[in-house]
Amino acid sequence: MHIPDGFIDTKIALTSAVISIAGVTMAVRKVRASVPPRAIPMMGLSAAFVFAAQMLNFPVAAGTSGHLLGAVLSAVLLGPYAAVLVMTAVLVVQSLLFADGGLLALGANLFNLALVAPLVGYWIYRLVRRLFQGHRGMLASAAFAAWCSTVVAAVSCAGQLAWSGTAPWGAVFPAMTSVHMLIGLGEGLITALVLAAIARVRPDLLTGSDGGPSSRFSVPVALAIVLGLAIFVSPFASSWPDGLDMAARAIGFDHRATTFAGPMADYQIPGVGSPAAATALAAGIGTIVAFLLALLLAKILVPDGKAESTKT
Amino acid sequence: MRHNFLDRYSRLDSPIHRLPATAKLLGTLGLVITIVTVPMTCWACYAIAGLLLGIVAVLSRVPPSFILRRLLLLEPFVLGVSILSLLRPDGLVLFAALITKSTLCLLAMILLSNTTPFARILDLLRNIGMPAIIVTLLALMYRYLFVLIDEAERMHRARMSRTYEPRKGHWWKATATVISQLFIRSSERAERIYAAMLSRGWK
Repeated sequence: MHIPDGFIDTKIALTSAVISIAGVTMAVRKVRASVPPRAIPMMGLSAAFVFAAQMLNFPVAAGTSGHLLGAVLSAVLLGPYAAVLVMTAVLVVQSLLFADGGLLALGANLFNLALVAPLVGYWIYRLVRRLFQGHRGMLASAAFAAWCSTVVAAVSCAGQLAWSGTAPWGAVFPAMTSVHMLIGLGEGLITALVLAAIARVRPDLLTGSDGGPSSRFSVPVALAIVLGLAIFVSPFASSWPDGLDMAARAIGFDHRATTFAGPMADYQIPGVGSPAAATALAAGIGTIVAFLLALLLAKILVPDGKAESTKT
Repeated sequence: MRHNFLDRYSRLDSPIHRLPATAKLLGTLGLVITIVTVPMTCWACYAIAGLLLGIVAVLSRVPPSFILRRLLLLEPFVLGVSILSLLRPDGLVLFAALITKSTLCLLAMILLSNTTPFARILDLLRNIGMPAIIVTLLALMYRYLFVLIDEAERMHRARMSRTYEPRKGHWWKATATVISQLFIRSSERAERIYAAMLSRGWK
């Protein structure tokens, strides 16, 4: 999902760079205020760890393969803002040392993979965590959040590519979303298995996973994320299902959506609306399936008897 | 300590390697922005950029076979996204232009990372105001990346010498165990590093 240079135009590159700098600056401030100095080497090593873990490819259906993203894994292990900095370091090194992800596209990659993936993922993790207690709940929430982080980052990436005029939304949105709904299953499975293995050997390393002062979201960071996602995906709101359209009209977003969609009109191929709408529907169903799979996985990993004994 | 698989040729001696890092980074950024913004069908622009990068590549003495291998390694994603552009009305031209553009940018980045030691890039990032904590993370990451990859390889070798090839269902569990061990060992190493940093007066 690392966008190389040449695929997004300067307008998108600059917009996402500004949002990413704002988001990362916020995260730096949060980390400085809440993380003790002894955690800094830990974050550096975690960045190296995420990089090494990303080198492991896992098979996805139909001959393709994906690799671990590690955003939710590090958010659960280190806290959401530390995870933002860890993912930032990973992406900067990948871009500057390996040319994996472009230089001009760095802002866009940071937005998708270092802001959206860990923060949205962690937010979902906390939400689901509230519903399910105990070790089993932790694993289920992490698996589901990891799946969501992959898919949301892919949707954001698709928005950037489509708005740059690189590929039509009607093609890039279904392609990116469906592939990453599969890759996300691997991401969720590995995340839960790794957390379960760490809990077995060094449960003390997981104490940060249940919150603490650094886990609450500040309004500016949340706003930066929502704003960015809205900018990248809203130009295509007009090709979404009628229900969404009507909701947009009701809130008053309709006007803005159509002005954004203006320059895109030339790029649309016949029938663009229907694959995008179908994908949105499939993504909704996929979310429910992924959620159920996460619960099932947690149930397999933590059998009934054991859940009672380790429950705290 | 030198590590051979990362930026293998960044410490060669050549006219390009001797240029200041600032000039190289700004030059690369300028070239990338130019390549991205020129009109899609400006084939002459691509030729000029390609010629320029070719001259830099020859002057830098980085082996061409290495550059070529790197390019091939990074090309699949480029192809994957470009193919989607074929669905647009003027798809074929766009497809060719996109591939040319991103290949040129990739070449520029490969040359940058293999003619500039990472420490110089870090100095530069610090000077342009990147937060100190991120620079520290990058430095630590660069220093320990190859240690962790070595460690992962050792674990893999140890497992291969003791067990059979894992069956399909076991693959996920075996991989997850390796990853979790890697994290646990990283965190233990981080504690030792922190103690070492303190004892050397780090604040």
